[in-house]
Amino acid sequence: MPQSGSVLHRVTGATGRRLVVAIPLVWLAVFFLLPLLETLQVSFTTAQRSIPPYAPLWGFDETGFFTNFTLDNYGLIATYWQDYIGPAGNSIKLAFFSTIVCLLFAYPMAWWIARSNAKWRAVLLVMVMLPFWTSSLLRIYALIGLLNPNGFINSMLIWMGLIDAPLRMMQTDFSIYMGMVLTYLPLMILPLYAVMVRLDDDVIEAATDLGASSVGVWWTVILPLTLPGVIAGSLLVFIPAVGEFVIPALLGGPDQLMMGKVLWTEFFRNRDWPVAAAIAMLLLAILTVPIIYARYQDGRDDHTTNSQSGTP
Amino acid sequence: MTGRISLPVMCLGILGFGILYVPMAVMIVFSFNAGKLVSVWSGFSAKWYASLLTNEQLLNAFGLSLFIAFWAATIATFFGMMIAIAFVRFGDFRGRLALSGLSSAPLVMPEVVTGLSLLLLFIGMESVLGWPAGRGVDTIIIAHATFGMCFAAVVIQARLRDFDRAIEEAACDLGARQPFVFFSVTLPVILPAVIAAWLLAFTLSFDDLVIASFVSGPGSSTLPILVFSKVRLGVTPEINALASVMIGIVAISVISAAYFMRRRFGNPG
Repeated sequence: MPQSGSVLHRVTGATGRRLVVAIPLVWLAVFFLLPLLETLQVSFTTAQRSIPPYAPLWGFDETGFFTNFTLDNYGLIATYWQDYIGPAGNSIKLAFFSTIVCLLFAYPMAWWIARSNAKWRAVLLVMVMLPFWTSSLLRIYALIGLLNPNGFINSMLIWMGLIDAPLRMMQTDFSIYMGMVLTYLPLMILPLYAVMVRLDDDVIEAATDLGASSVGVWWTVILPLTLPGVIAGSLLVFIPAVGEFVIPALLGGPDQLMMGKVLWTEFFRNRDWPVAAAIAMLLLAILTVPIIYARYQDGRDDHTTNSQSGTP
Repeated sequence: MTGRISLPVMCLGILGFGILYVPMAVMIVFSFNAGKLVSVWSGFSAKWYASLLTNEQLLNAFGLSLFIAFWAATIATFFGMMIAIAFVRFGDFRGRLALSGLSSAPLVMPEVVTGLSLLLLFIGMESVLGWPAGRGVDTIIIAHATFGMCFAAVVIQARLRDFDRAIEEAACDLGARQPFVFFSVTLPVILPAVIAAWLLAFTLSFDDLVIASFVSGPGSSTLPILVFSKVRLGVTPEINALASVMIGIVAISVISAAYFMRRRFGNPG
């Protein structure tokens, strides 16, 4: 697009333009980039009983320059495999299978919405947007009422005489997956829908006319064409799911440790801020690859990813 | 494209909507339960709703969350608009790469990392600059505005891209000056996106538990922080009622927004 003819360019002048860029840029540098650098710094220092509860990484005193640099926090993480690396692996595992389960439901749901007539499509889209705009904390809370030992499902099953003792559903992998699907399903449906709704009917018809079975059409035509939506949706679910805190905290038990919960515990309960900072850095390191991949996808396919998050 | 849906697709779809809606529906039903037990029905009553209105702690937290979300969303929308204008209108400006990286990374940053790192920054700043003195409402607003502006920028950018530049040019050719052109031509056209961006930033702020927990101070418990501390102790009819009210508000807003958008922008039929 030629920029020389731009109205804003011509009239506002260089100073105005520079301010429009500089103000948000400085804000984000101060309140997003700088905090990450501060966290990196704190992850190399030692915890101590003071306010704040960590030693300064470097400074000057009577004897001159001093530093508290240490790799102990990362050493601790590496040593206590079960407490730190275990949850990291568990986070990735739970996030991965949550993504798969979300995809399993979201793909047919998005297909259904995309193939509906205009009236039904509007209704179904509102039904997807409604949970999207509702607090996930409250939706997870509602799920607890369903899964508790004395919750709705167990009460119903006992009342119907199908079971004698309540099933254990809370504090299991099952409750985690239910929570993840409940929270992230809309995020998976929207990009899939955005891709499917633009799918050309003629392509499917042509494949069918040429004798492909419905599974064949799906495998050779529909799946490749909807793959960008699958990838975008999966990243939107997987990345936040790895660092999820509320779901393992409220629905998980001691066996469902995830990194977000471990970081929270180190910070709020153990008050070991340097270790919490080191866990944050580890979490970032794990997510670097999917985040950069998401950025790459976003840049390549700018319009798809932008248009889906727009209107309510 | 429209067409036939096969039975398995329909079943999975219904199951999916079931997962989204059954927990909420059951909770809303039991919020009208007279008894204190949450899964045994003992008669209809709206007393839990009445008790919400007299719960001082809850009402305070609700007010605080509204205040924070209002200001965070306002700052976020304003800055998000600047980011969107820069990306769509300024072409290849200096700092484009930096701005694009910095405005998209918060979208995917785990909340625990954002919360912890902002807290560490605020503490560092306090010891160097003396500001912010302690943490509370202002630090929560800053935190929420920061990630809110990135979401706002995405929403506004999408609308700005589809914008027909010719009407701006026309206004200019007729002798209008730039701030006037922006406020009288550009802004009204992108207004639906600006409102959507504000609402999204407001909702994200209003619902945020994790980041607020890190950067809040004593005496600044937002509604999610309060709800979380109560939820940890178990399911209560009072929280059922509160959650039902909030879901009701969202439902009314989303449905009326969809209805309005459809009437105004959608195709009839």
